[in-house]
Amino acid sequence: MTAPRDKLGRPVVVITGMGIMTSLGAGKADNWAKLVAGESGIRTITRFPIDGLKTTMAGTVDFVSVDPFSSTALSERMAELVTQEALEQAGIGAKADFPGPLFLAVAPVEVEWPQRRELGRAVGQLDITYDDLLRISGGGKYSAYHHRFMFGSVAAHLAETFGTKGSPISLSTACASGATSIQLGVEAIRRGETDAALCVATDGTVNPEALVRFSLLSALSTQNDPPQAASRPFSKNRDGFVMAEGAGALVLESYEAATARGAKILGVIAGCGELTDSFHRTRSSPDGKPIIGCMNKTLADAGMTPDQIDHINAHGTSTPENDKMEFNTTSAVFGELAQKIPVTSNKSMVGHTISAAGAVEAIFSLLTLEHQRIPPTINYETPDPTILFNVVGNKARDARVTAVMSNSFGFGGQNASLILTREPA
Amino acid sequence: MTDTASKPGQTEVWITGIGLATSLGEGLDANWAALQEKRINVDEKGFAPYVVHPLMPVTFDSQIPKKGDQRQMEAWQRIGTYAAGLALDSAGIKGNKDILSKIDMVIAAGGGERDLNVDTGVLTAEAKGANAPGFLNERLMSDLRPTLFLAQLSNLLAGNIAIVHGLGGTSRTFMGEEVAGADAARIALARIASGESDIALVGGSHNGERKDLLVLYEFGDFNLKDKFAPVWARKDHAGFALGSAGAFLVLESKAHAEARGAKPYAKLSSVVADLARRKQPGDMTATLEKLWAKLPKREGKGAIITGATGAEPATSEERGFLKSHADFPVRSTGTVFGHAMETQFPLGIALAALSISRGALFPPNDSTGTEIEMQGAPTQIVVVGAGHWRGEGMALVEAV
Repeated sequence: MTAPRDKLGRPVVVITGMGIMTSLGAGKADNWAKLVAGESGIRTITRFPIDGLKTTMAGTVDFVSVDPFSSTALSERMAELVTQEALEQAGIGAKADFPGPLFLAVAPVEVEWPQRRELGRAVGQLDITYDDLLRISGGGKYSAYHHRFMFGSVAAHLAETFGTKGSPISLSTACASGATSIQLGVEAIRRGETDAALCVATDGTVNPEALVRFSLLSALSTQNDPPQAASRPFSKNRDGFVMAEGAGALVLESYEAATARGAKILGVIAGCGELTDSFHRTRSSPDGKPIIGCMNKTLADAGMTPDQIDHINAHGTSTPENDKMEFNTTSAVFGELAQKIPVTSNKSMVGHTISAAGAVEAIFSLLTLEHQRIPPTINYETPDPTILFNVVGNKARDARVTAVMSNSFGFGGQNASLILTREPA
Repeated sequence: MTDTASKPGQTEVWITGIGLATSLGEGLDANWAALQEKRINVDEKGFAPYVVHPLMPVTFDSQIPKKGDQRQMEAWQRIGTYAAGLALDSAGIKGNKDILSKIDMVIAAGGGERDLNVDTGVLTAEAKGANAPGFLNERLMSDLRPTLFLAQLSNLLAGNIAIVHGLGGTSRTFMGEEVAGADAARIALARIASGESDIALVGGSHNGERKDLLVLYEFGDFNLKDKFAPVWARKDHAGFALGSAGAFLVLESKAHAEARGAKPYAKLSSVVADLARRKQPGDMTATLEKLWAKLPKREGKGAIITGATGAEPATSEERGFLKSHADFPVRSTGTVFGHAMETQFPLGIALAALSISRGALFPPNDSTGTEIEMQGAPTQIVVVGAGHWRGEGMALVEAV
């Protein structure tokens, strides 16, 4: 590693710390061991009653407890834990004094049902209107709920806990949020605004209403039994994604700053790209042009050609439309290579961690580079004959991996891709 | 560290488009005329005891021609998609496929409104004894409109703008109440100034006529009750009056604007933001002073447009900051437009650019003497946005 600047003359951005949590467990070691062993974190939901639901399983993080429980509190706690892990590895700054900004991907925040029900009970009458709720909401009894359900609350907590600098940014680009948080960090370093950035993505929103919302859009798998077999990307009988929780944190630094302090470099963010699809709120443009453009922009940003990519960490949600679209668009960009490059979807095991997915999968991609071993796509029993990816099916595969493309596509026409490498190009 | 300003060698960033849909009306002329007449559109009855600034009705069809698109949105998205269209019109790029296919969106957004009937239906049924384990699930499965989720998701404001107006560049949505609006402008400015982007659509929208939002702010006793008063006259009757508004800006590099013959309203020279700890009295004032010091030097005829909310203690903290800059005429957007949360900062930039382009700051609208008359044309306006709870932002808008 010698080049502090990339082909376009910008500072090279490296990763010096990573922290991760999924339904498989806490931390890089535990997650990686289970991931390459092909274990699933998907299970029948026990957090709340599942009666009346079409989908009854998810990749919940049940081993982290918060009190009082809310999805936002869980998201915050997971973010805090993965950030701790990333900072310990990076060894950067001092305690509560991170030398750069925070970019946080977080699910949109809202008042949740436990709190709404508490209000309803406090009204103390049989017919309840919003005017009744309003009448009892003030006076300070519920001030903690104001603070909890501010959109900026999770970022503010992390900024104060870890001493990040400036105004922390909370962002949402739906299922691409994690990738966007990394992209914002990369850009800040490339612009020379900072030598380091903390990019965190978290999602703890497996709650009844969130599940129902996706269910009503027919986005979720209903193959509840056994839950471990529900997420089956690239399979003919896939029928939707599986909601999941998780978080990922990455410490980004300029190559120059990282080497100057003797930090161990875990990988390089060689390129990032995004392109908006204006076709439909939930569906991709049938010609796939925005996704194709997104991948091409990412390659151009990295100054690389398709033949230099030797692994694709797919968005691979296991919805009928996504996986087919991903193959078609990848083929348009990679040509015949799309059928040769090993492709995997971590979502087969950890489910779809939504706002966190882009960061969680970037970290899995970096671990793939480190271990030179590609985690499997489990439940790959009946390949979809129209998806001719070289899927790393069911068993992990040793491979020479120097550059990984990781894709994220989301509702609202959000497309984002990252290229991660071992060393600067 | 997270400041953005046009540095030597970096390109100038112009404001070439402004779109406004507010409680005062739609478009620049209607808003400007109302400001001149010191008109305020406030509703003390519809949400009593809470005071809100309702949107002046607009014909959504003119910017969102397909009824199907309108039906897929809730009010906050319709307001925003509408105002975004006005901004594109104002910049002269509506329908310009070459430019719209590469425009970068940075949007500040909260979330969409809830279905109040579904919420109260569940709570009422539970109060009457419904307690089966799957009761909530069953009611939500049967009562929620399938597409309501898409009208609630924060990033679907950007999504709808892209669909309705045919935007195909990039799209990022920032959340986090007031300061999200400052951060959106800050990041868009940084990207254009550094050459990462040529042109961006920045802004936000807010529907203040929502009981579910009133509940959220009532938890913290932040809502203005019973009677309207200018922001500066609320010290003993604190609170903000939610306002409905959409405010969008087209930001563009000077070179890109000149190449297509676009005229600037003003230039956006700098946007800075921070997160004061707000643990001790004076913390927020000190942060505002710090941000003020980071802005490029002010040598012209200056003024301040602030989004001060009227909530305490933030407004008193800001008053302390303004006191040390008493030579700058101040205008409060909160008094006139109400508090539009994520949208307040883009609204402030829009009004600053408008004032500069029209050669006059709009008149004071205040009973306390905090806002003073300004003679002559402003050449530099500082936009201040301090959140009711957290987050502080500041921008410098200058005459080109």
